[in-house]
Amino acid sequence: MKTIHEPSAEMIKDERIYAQWGLTDEEYRQISEDILGRLPNYTETGLFSVMWSEHCSYKNSKPVLRKFPTEGPHVLQGPGEGAGIVDIGDNQAVVFKAESHNHPSAVEPYEGAATGVGGIIRDIFSMGARPIALLDSLRFGELDNERTKYLLEEVVAGIGGYGNCIGIPTVGGEIGFDPVYKGNPLVNAMCVGLIDHKDIQKGQAKGVGNTIMYVGAKTGRDGIHGATFASEEFSDEEESERSAVQVGDPFMEKLLMEACLELIQDHSDILVGIQDMGAAGLVSSSSEMASKAGSGLVLNLDDVPQRETHMTPYEMMLSESQERMLICVTKGSEERVNELFSKYELDAVNIGYVTDDGQYRLFHHGQPVADLPVDALAEEAPVYQKPYTEPARIQAFKELKPYAPIVENAGETLKQLLQQPTIASKKSIFETYDSMVRTNTVVGPGSDAAVLRIRGTRKALAMTTDCNARYLYLNPERGGQMAVAEAARNIVASGGEPLAITDCLNYGNPDKPEVFWELWTSADGIAKACNTLGTPVISGNVSLYNETNGEAIYPTPMIGMVGLVKDLDHVTTSEFKQAGDKIFSIGETKADFNGSELQKMQLGRIEGELFDFDIDKEKRMQNKVLKAIRNGWIESAHDCSEGGLAVALMESAFPKELGMDVSVELPKEWLFSESPSRFVLSVKPENAENVQALFGTDAAEIGEVTDSGTASIQTADDQLKLNVHETKRIWEGAIPWLLKSKV
Amino acid sequence: MRFAVIQFPGSNCDVDLLHAIRDGVGEEAEYVPHTADSLEGFDGVLLPGGFSYGDYLRSGAISRFSNIMSEVSRFAEEGKPVFGTCNGFQILVEAGLLPGALQRNKQLHFICKTTELKVDNNQTKFTSKYQKDEVLTIPIAHGEGSFYCDDDTLADLKANNQIVFTYASDNPNGSIENIAGIINKKGNVLGMMPHPERAVEDLLGSSDGLRFFQSMISNFVKETADV
Repeated sequence: MKTIHEPSAEMIKDERIYAQWGLTDEEYRQISEDILGRLPNYTETGLFSVMWSEHCSYKNSKPVLRKFPTEGPHVLQGPGEGAGIVDIGDNQAVVFKAESHNHPSAVEPYEGAATGVGGIIRDIFSMGARPIALLDSLRFGELDNERTKYLLEEVVAGIGGYGNCIGIPTVGGEIGFDPVYKGNPLVNAMCVGLIDHKDIQKGQAKGVGNTIMYVGAKTGRDGIHGATFASEEFSDEEESERSAVQVGDPFMEKLLMEACLELIQDHSDILVGIQDMGAAGLVSSSSEMASKAGSGLVLNLDDVPQRETHMTPYEMMLSESQERMLICVTKGSEERVNELFSKYELDAVNIGYVTDDGQYRLFHHGQPVADLPVDALAEEAPVYQKPYTEPARIQAFKELKPYAPIVENAGETLKQLLQQPTIASKKSIFETYDSMVRTNTVVGPGSDAAVLRIRGTRKALAMTTDCNARYLYLNPERGGQMAVAEAARNIVASGGEPLAITDCLNYGNPDKPEVFWELWTSADGIAKACNTLGTPVISGNVSLYNETNGEAIYPTPMIGMVGLVKDLDHVTTSEFKQAGDKIFSIGETKADFNGSELQKMQLGRIEGELFDFDIDKEKRMQNKVLKAIRNGWIESAHDCSEGGLAVALMESAFPKELGMDVSVELPKEWLFSESPSRFVLSVKPENAENVQALFGTDAAEIGEVTDSGTASIQTADDQLKLNVHETKRIWEGAIPWLLKSKV
Repeated sequence: MRFAVIQFPGSNCDVDLLHAIRDGVGEEAEYVPHTADSLEGFDGVLLPGGFSYGDYLRSGAISRFSNIMSEVSRFAEEGKPVFGTCNGFQILVEAGLLPGALQRNKQLHFICKTTELKVDNNQTKFTSKYQKDEVLTIPIAHGEGSFYCDDDTLADLKANNQIVFTYASDNPNGSIENIAGIINKKGNVLGMMPHPERAVEDLLGSSDGLRFFQSMISNFVKETADV
């Protein structure tokens, strides 16, 4: 038999073992002197180290998150619970949240991505909602090396493997490629759920004597210290710590989800609270449930279902084994819970009870192994206002002249842009996701936003994930505004009214003032856009320390947005519908090339001062597009973004392989400018006048849809003629080709 | 007509079949758990898609041992209609109610898209409302949907007109002879990889699947009336 030798409290102090787990000397002093008045033992030190990690406590990012508007007349639940909730009328609400799983995915991409999906689904059904859709936002290095290809293929397989099996459609997302993500890919997953107001749950453990039950999969040693792992940066010398990745079981989660939803919907009389065991597993879920309710807790760890032998209290409390939930039920109702879960062949075990003394007590083999004030663990981690400094590059960018691209042959440049992996079709990827299961998907992947109808109503939900991190790299504040604006533009182009956002704030090491400045100022931008567009931040997640060998990723605040489509008649897609329709360009096109796909393609890097953006103008534009859609004037609407007007026009032509006859009074280079706040619309001839009148000078009729199969675009100085079918093949084939080509 | 939608642990298209019957063709449908031991009161049995038991051993290999499956076999033996889509098809094959096997897709990954499906045999009780060689728009969503059988079985399938659906243009999974769906010799058990229950509303892209269920209803109800 294996004997476990845990270091003594004195050894932990003398040898500074706490430091290996991420606690600072000052934090350790606070714990032992201010909170406990004694030295914490091995288990207790472990509990503090995960609960006070950035991942669980947001100790570095709290001051940043306070900038966000989190309230609104229709917000039923803001940040702080498993997910945020927004009212959509008829006693229904939409529940959503996004979460990052970057570090696990960098190490073990299939399981990292799969468990990221599994975790965010649990956050949604723990609120009482039926998960109805998944989205994702991914970033990788360039597809010029085997490692990155492997990461992409395995991450995609992991997302599909989990979502397809559990039967929640993956309906949308985005993927971008830039060298800065090579060692640190980003895997952000978002889940959207639907709920009746009466079913809304809270993660709370209240009522003295009530029972704490553990439901779902057994606890193993996987993922121990996953939360602190996510709060450190990678370096090649520290490969040894990279084993902290969990393994997912979507079949188990399907059973767990159905059992929990049945408990919530049919047994509300006995259910007090429910919470996912996510990051930092049992300690995080149980201490947060008690702390939120102002209660204390006693847990008997011998009763925790275990799938490995000789697990220590430390291992059980910190394990991040997947597909587990913690519930609080009224005393005496344990048998009913057992019966329900046994129908799904799942464990439901009484592991403790609620007290009223605010203490968090753990017992193992009859001995107390931890006795701590629960608020200290769950709520009172120190909060740091990190220093920040503008990075030197920002000043250097200001001194550069605006990038002035030279394009010889606009047709060839357009074809090249369509093959850049960030712009190229993601069809070969999204076709590996079941986007239709549960038969509500009105608009699946590939259009501006996905749209799901709400059965039994005329309403639908539009949803999208967006972030152009290149803009943030040049100017985090303005880029932050633009990320929210682009998400809203996608919702509006699909016929929806933006409701609220969730975010994943992916950044480098916040201990570096330059990185913290990116986080600090981009939050200002996000907040400003959210205030103007009326979309509060209802949930989210922070992922810091995304660095490899000292190189940080671009500041990448992924914005997940959900909008309400008031009537199914308003659902609009980005593709041209029929020949004869008039094409309108909405918004102003200028020489905006800094940070553009064209600049990256031509220079191999992005640089310079980010071009102007006006959130009020954006709002006006979006309002008008939504009005035109609701008036029934719009056949197709497409956000004009990466690659500019030319790419937007081609993307609209591809699905039905229609042609176009377009003429613009612009220099040919400007076809690829990325001026913000623009749309491409197609309109039946009889509605053209209405559209022109509504938009006034903001709209230009630039041509019409044809059935020639040729995209003909006349600029002030060039004439492009592209075969739409052939160009589409190039666009769709680019990523499969990159994945197959040998390095 | 009253349909049983069997729920295996891990079924996830059960809800789609239920809606297709109730809202699509306006008939009755109820869930029946895998643990049940009776199909009394039902006129048709539907085996849904999904990942029963996670598809962990082999698709359908565990579900075929479910309590309800002996009852499904008896139901089929009586000549009553049994339909399996996707994972349901895989279970019918594993249970021996249909011949052949379903292998991993040729590209070795899951694929979800709309396919063009050809009606090869409209002389069945499941397809009588289609024209022969009519091409339907029906979605697929599977990772192990490549139908395979040995030469003798294939000859048999052909001789008895048991090949009901084939992929019309692009074969998405590498199945033998582009086979997408087959029927048993008796003509009352049909399995297919595509999802007709996902094609019952124009709002979601196609309503070509409606006539599949309408065929079942009119033929099997007619049969009951004749008796």
